[in-house]
Amino acid sequence: MRISSFFYTLKQGFRNLFRNKWFTLASIATISACLFLFGLFYAIVTNFAHIVKTAQEGVAVSVFFDDGLEESRMQEIGELILKRPEVSDVRFVSAEEAWESFKAEYLGDYADGFTENPLADSAHYEVYLNDVSMQSALVTYLESLDGVRMVNRSEIVATTLTGVNALIAYVSVGIIIILFAVSVFLISNTVMIGISVRKEEINIMKYIGATDFFVRSPFVIEGILIGLIGASIPLGVIYGMYNVVMDYVTTRFTMLSTLLSFLTVDEVFRVLIPVSLGIGVGIGFLGSVATVRRHLRV
Amino acid sequence: MAAKKRKKSTAAENEIINLTNVCKAYSTGAPALKDVNLRINRGEFVFIVGDSGSGKSTLIKLLLRELTITSGYINVMGYDLSKIKHRKIPKFRRNLGVVFQDFRLLKDRNVYENVAFAQRIIQKSNKEIKRNVPSILSVVGLAGKYKAKPRQLSGGEQQRVALARALVNQPTVLLADEPTGNLDPKNSWEIMKLLEQINENGTTVIVVTHNREIVNAMQKRVVTLKKGVIISDEEKGGYIDED
Repeated sequence: MRISSFFYTLKQGFRNLFRNKWFTLASIATISACLFLFGLFYAIVTNFAHIVKTAQEGVAVSVFFDDGLEESRMQEIGELILKRPEVSDVRFVSAEEAWESFKAEYLGDYADGFTENPLADSAHYEVYLNDVSMQSALVTYLESLDGVRMVNRSEIVATTLTGVNALIAYVSVGIIIILFAVSVFLISNTVMIGISVRKEEINIMKYIGATDFFVRSPFVIEGILIGLIGASIPLGVIYGMYNVVMDYVTTRFTMLSTLLSFLTVDEVFRVLIPVSLGIGVGIGFLGSVATVRRHLRV
Repeated sequence: MAAKKRKKSTAAENEIINLTNVCKAYSTGAPALKDVNLRINRGEFVFIVGDSGSGKSTLIKLLLRELTITSGYINVMGYDLSKIKHRKIPKFRRNLGVVFQDFRLLKDRNVYENVAFAQRIIQKSNKEIKRNVPSILSVVGLAGKYKAKPRQLSGGEQQRVALARALVNQPTVLLADEPTGNLDPKNSWEIMKLLEQINENGTTVIVVTHNREIVNAMQKRVVTLKKGVIISDEEKGGYIDED
């Protein structure tokens, strides 16, 4: 392709945006609507997932040792636990640390009456999981280890979090299917409008002897531009909305914001920007190729 | 013997369109063309006439390779159109100028851009386009209206733009499908004079028309179609009445 032809094609792609203003607006609106829903859904789901993950990270299993167990065996047990794939962290809590923490949390000044550590046998490991649904399997394993007296866990928390995780997955799949169906419907309608607008122009090009590539290129450039604009608008809107909602939640519901940890706007948009732009460009590209394709066999 | 052979080969080289036993039937089963044999030489001016449904439009579409034949053989400018690959069609059409009854101009572009468009398709440089477009616009008498949009022009002027677009790439054959169908008598004659002038410069011109007066007055080769069959092919013919 000559350089002049390349620039001509590029220019035509830009000009096409303004030639068929209604078609351009309809296409941008369609893509924006779909990607707005997608962005909104993504922001909510990732925050839910983040909250659940944070809660999971706080769920620990306590592993207590047999009386008088040697320190070397305790260390071995620690190493064995750390090797498990579902374990994210293992922390050793000595009997003294356990007593200090108990005093601080429950007794305060009343602890002065104790001369000896009543929790002398309470040295243990706190085991944190990266996948809370694996808790039962881990507990079974821990109980089978030599030198382990008792394993404490909170089954209700683990089951609840596993349930929430599954729910998020189901809801995500459901909403993605609905969004996909709506997008296909809206985009195919917009493409149909595009076909009727472009039919004559494509026919003329083909009669004069334009190659498929020459006919297609400006439309593809136009499609990509529509996709980019269509993706940028909802990104901007969601960015603004996200900041406003987070400000509102943290100022109005301070309790909620101390209990739950939300993602920052940057953390959400680190993924949302490339994904939305990619989807927008993809839709624009495929839509324009499909529009032109039907008329190329003239 | 040698002289006869040479004569035969010269005749074949001179031949630019060859349709041998061409049949075209649509998917409905209705035959549009039946056993058509037609040979047109380089530099000829030919009228294709006939009433509605006679097969004129089908013939033009076959020559443009918009349609494919059902059986027979069709060769245009050395391209066997029954076997031509899809990717070769653009190259074939670049040697074929085409003008339609409804002009088919790009409505959102001005006269200059409509004509330049044909040059851009064959990837001419901007320098060549700037030289060729004004030159062809002056041939069709529209040099002063290069900035006008199609809607600002009369029917005759729009057809001249279409003609300029068809000619700017210097085609070997010019196909005109009812070029005067939407024009008044004065504009019709002006367009026909232009076509004659183009033909005198060496381009083969094929005109499909209903215009009895023009066909009778111009005294060119006339091929008459009726119900998909060539019923007459005369060197200096006239419009044959159905009755």
